[in-house]
Amino acid sequence: MRKISLKKIDSLFSAIAENSVLYMPVDTKTGAKFEQWENGKELSDSLNTVRSAKDFFFPQTENLMDFKVEGKKIEVIDSRSETEDFVVFGVRACDVKSFDVLDKVFLAEPQDSYYKNRREHGVIMSLACTKPNETCFCTTFRIDAAEPAGDVVCYKTDDAFYMDAKTEKGKKLLSALEGITEAADDTAVTEQQKLTRERMSKLPLASLKADAFGNGKTKEFFDRPEWKELSESCLGCGTCTFVCPTCQCYDIKDFNTGHGVKRFRCWDSCMYSDFTKMSAGQPRLTQLERFRQRFMHKLVYFPTNNDGMFSCVGCGRCLAKCPIQMNIVKVMKKLGGNSNG
Amino acid sequence: MADIKEPLIPKIGVVTDIRIDTPDVKTFRVVTPDGKKAFDHKPGQCAMLSIPGVGEAMFSITSSPTNTEFMEFSIKKCGCVTEWLHSMEVGQEITIRGPYGRPFPVDTEFAGHDMLFVAGGIGLAPLRSVINYCRHYRDRYGKIDIVYGSRSMQDLVDYKEIIDEWATDAGVEVHLTIDREQPEWDGHVGFVPNYVKELGFSTDKIAVLCGPPIMIKFTLAGLQELGFDKTQVYTTMELRMKCGIGKCGRCNIGAKYVCKDGPVFRFDEIDELPDEY
Amino acid sequence: MQEIKREVLVNKASELLKNGTVDRVFGWKKGEFDYDITPALFTTAEDIENEFVWGDFCGANFSKYLIKETGKSENKVLVFLKPCDTYSFNQLLTEHRFDREKVYAVGVPCNGMLDTGKIKSSAEGISKVTDNGDKVVIETLFDGEITLDRNELLPDRCLNCKSKKHVAYDELLGEDGAVLDSNRFDEVEKLEKMTPDERFAFWQNELSRCIRCNACRDVCPACTCEKCVFDNPNSGVENKAATNEFEEKMFHIIRAFHVAGRCTDCGECSRVCPQHIPLHLLNRKFIKDIDSFYGEYQAGAEVGSRAPIVNYTTEDIEPGDAVRRNENA
Repeated sequence: MRKISLKKIDSLFSAIAENSVLYMPVDTKTGAKFEQWENGKELSDSLNTVRSAKDFFFPQTENLMDFKVEGKKIEVIDSRSETEDFVVFGVRACDVKSFDVLDKVFLAEPQDSYYKNRREHGVIMSLACTKPNETCFCTTFRIDAAEPAGDVVCYKTDDAFYMDAKTEKGKKLLSALEGITEAADDTAVTEQQKLTRERMSKLPLASLKADAFGNGKTKEFFDRPEWKELSESCLGCGTCTFVCPTCQCYDIKDFNTGHGVKRFRCWDSCMYSDFTKMSAGQPRLTQLERFRQRFMHKLVYFPTNNDGMFSCVGCGRCLAKCPIQMNIVKVMKKLGGNSNG
Repeated sequence: MADIKEPLIPKIGVVTDIRIDTPDVKTFRVVTPDGKKAFDHKPGQCAMLSIPGVGEAMFSITSSPTNTEFMEFSIKKCGCVTEWLHSMEVGQEITIRGPYGRPFPVDTEFAGHDMLFVAGGIGLAPLRSVINYCRHYRDRYGKIDIVYGSRSMQDLVDYKEIIDEWATDAGVEVHLTIDREQPEWDGHVGFVPNYVKELGFSTDKIAVLCGPPIMIKFTLAGLQELGFDKTQVYTTMELRMKCGIGKCGRCNIGAKYVCKDGPVFRFDEIDELPDEY
Repeated sequence: MQEIKREVLVNKASELLKNGTVDRVFGWKKGEFDYDITPALFTTAEDIENEFVWGDFCGANFSKYLIKETGKSENKVLVFLKPCDTYSFNQLLTEHRFDREKVYAVGVPCNGMLDTGKIKSSAEGISKVTDNGDKVVIETLFDGEITLDRNELLPDRCLNCKSKKHVAYDELLGEDGAVLDSNRFDEVEKLEKMTPDERFAFWQNELSRCIRCNACRDVCPACTCEKCVFDNPNSGVENKAATNEFEEKMFHIIRAFHVAGRCTDCGECSRVCPQHIPLHLLNRKFIKDIDSFYGEYQAGAEVGSRAPIVNYTTEDIEPGDAVRRNENA
């Protein structure tokens, strides 16, 4: 483990930024947001960013390719640019776990090379939580907020940053920083983790369990009558899907610039009425079916296809942002029965 | 970055022939600009075709893999992309990527069996590939029955090929039907599911169905009445798709993605899926 | 603190359910936290007794839900309306969007709803929120409690409340209030005083946060098209995401134009925006302009009123004069 005094934190950031683009959460008047670091920017003390960190690997919109169309001729132009080295600092345990979920989708064969390139070029410096929020429930999905995954795990104490490399990429990054960091034992970190875990156990959603859901439970939950009540007031907007770190549905669209055609990919939402609409018909006719799809996907379909891994990481963003305050916790409690706290 | 293989980046295809099948179905022949097949496929698989600026859509590959020269797509005009495709002229370039999906098990479960193909309307398009595959490897399969119906005689897709080639093959029997009487039609009149029951097939065969949902539903029920088990009956499905590789998230039925785990399903597998298609 | 207690609403709902006036009740349902309140449809007195809440976080406006709900049954549905909700209610009636006969509307006085965003930016780990009238006590999980002036926690729409008067109801709980002299156009005036470049930069900055979730549109009681132009693939403007940043501006500006003259200034758009974009300011600019061009007009104040911009009179301002007014400003 390495450490650096909090007073010297800017020298750490500038050393990292010398070799790669560095992003980190900074405060804005409307909440914390990942921004490119430059001298003078301060790391946010907020627990989490308003938007998740998925943008780094799966941006809301990205150009996939260009086409030159001339008469009957078409030329495909590969215009990708996702090959810049970057470091993301301050990613919380839930968001780091969301990358595992996204990997299951984008790195499954045939691999999505846009995502893969970004994953390969990005180094994750995660940041252990110390003060969780009332909306946090990462422990439900066996995530330890005090010990996030990532290439380098960081811990912020009152006077220092502690850093521990977990992967080859992380080791390489930390060894390049050896000149400005010093070796440290893990006493302070262990102490902090103990306190964090104690706090986690006292959260209002600490007893929420996902055990009722998972692999192979499609038939058990699909036709449950509670979906009607749960989806009743859903507006059908995409807020939950867009703030969600694991929602990864996308659309592919063409845009005629007047000089050629750009084919871009953008986030899409299963909550939208046109998501599955075809000229031949519409399999999900009402908001009930769309709402059910989103939660069945996170709690049943995804685990069925991925050895039981849920596609929710308990970050709590949907709890904070849903315009009508309907969310996965309410769904789990309603459908999962009393055992779910 | 040309060395990176990316499944979403398509190849260029040239339309070398356009056949008008019915008032709203055309069959397009597609090769690469250097005159080759864009890729190999298996019967029942699909490809993404697109016109830049208009959109991309998934179509079943109508031609048989045994055709080594080109691919064909029989496409019904029903939306934005298909409307554009129908307005194309020979020589037009389009983009093509694939093949996608799980094919019919032509070399495993189907091998050695009598086959019954039941199609309605444009539903013949995905079956044409497997029918011609079975005809090509005629000795690998038993008797082949084809029941095909459409609204009218003019709406029968591939009519010429059916009459000139399929119906003249040894061991292949074609049963055509149309929904309503027509003066120039002296064949069977009536809906496909009823015709299947009237024909009364023996249950020692494998059935493959494709057509409108209502036809599938009643044909399956009819076959079950005749004694067929769901494990003997296959179909191919269609839902909205964008990526073709199980990632964009919209073509799932329960935990299965039609683009990747389908489009071919056996009816006992469909029973395992939630009722949302 | 709300002047009418929860029990009064619960008793009213139970009474109307029991005597058969209504068979469904729109209300707010309690959730995991004090602020975590979901609009819900109740059908039994028991559920209402157990789960109905009324308090500082019952901001959701039910008017728009009536369109779908009244289409489902011949029986009446009970809806509780705050003063601002009644304007949306009337506006939807003006647009013939639901059948008045199928609704039993109960007016509820409102002291302003608290802004969850403001609470969350003043404290972390909210465990309890207690409203003592002038002061609000926020208890937290790990930082003890803080006490704030209630006014500091009101959203803009409540700080600049335009009316405590209910303009539609079958029955009223408590005393009705009056139409207020609000300062709701102050922020608009600030924007008007900016140079075009400054104003452009302001909106550029605000709208750049838009994630195109469509929550503003989907919650808006004036946005009731069966098929929104932005969802229509044949419209040429259908898009979920920006092909360039201009898309976001276009979406919000087109939406503002579309609801101009019909927007009652209920403020739901800004309440639901996950990115805290002050969308209501776009609509208020239209309201202010309509007021100054055609005389004061409040959408939804009465059923059947014709909005000035769809009602030609010979006294109407000449387009040229409107343009020149902007030049002089």
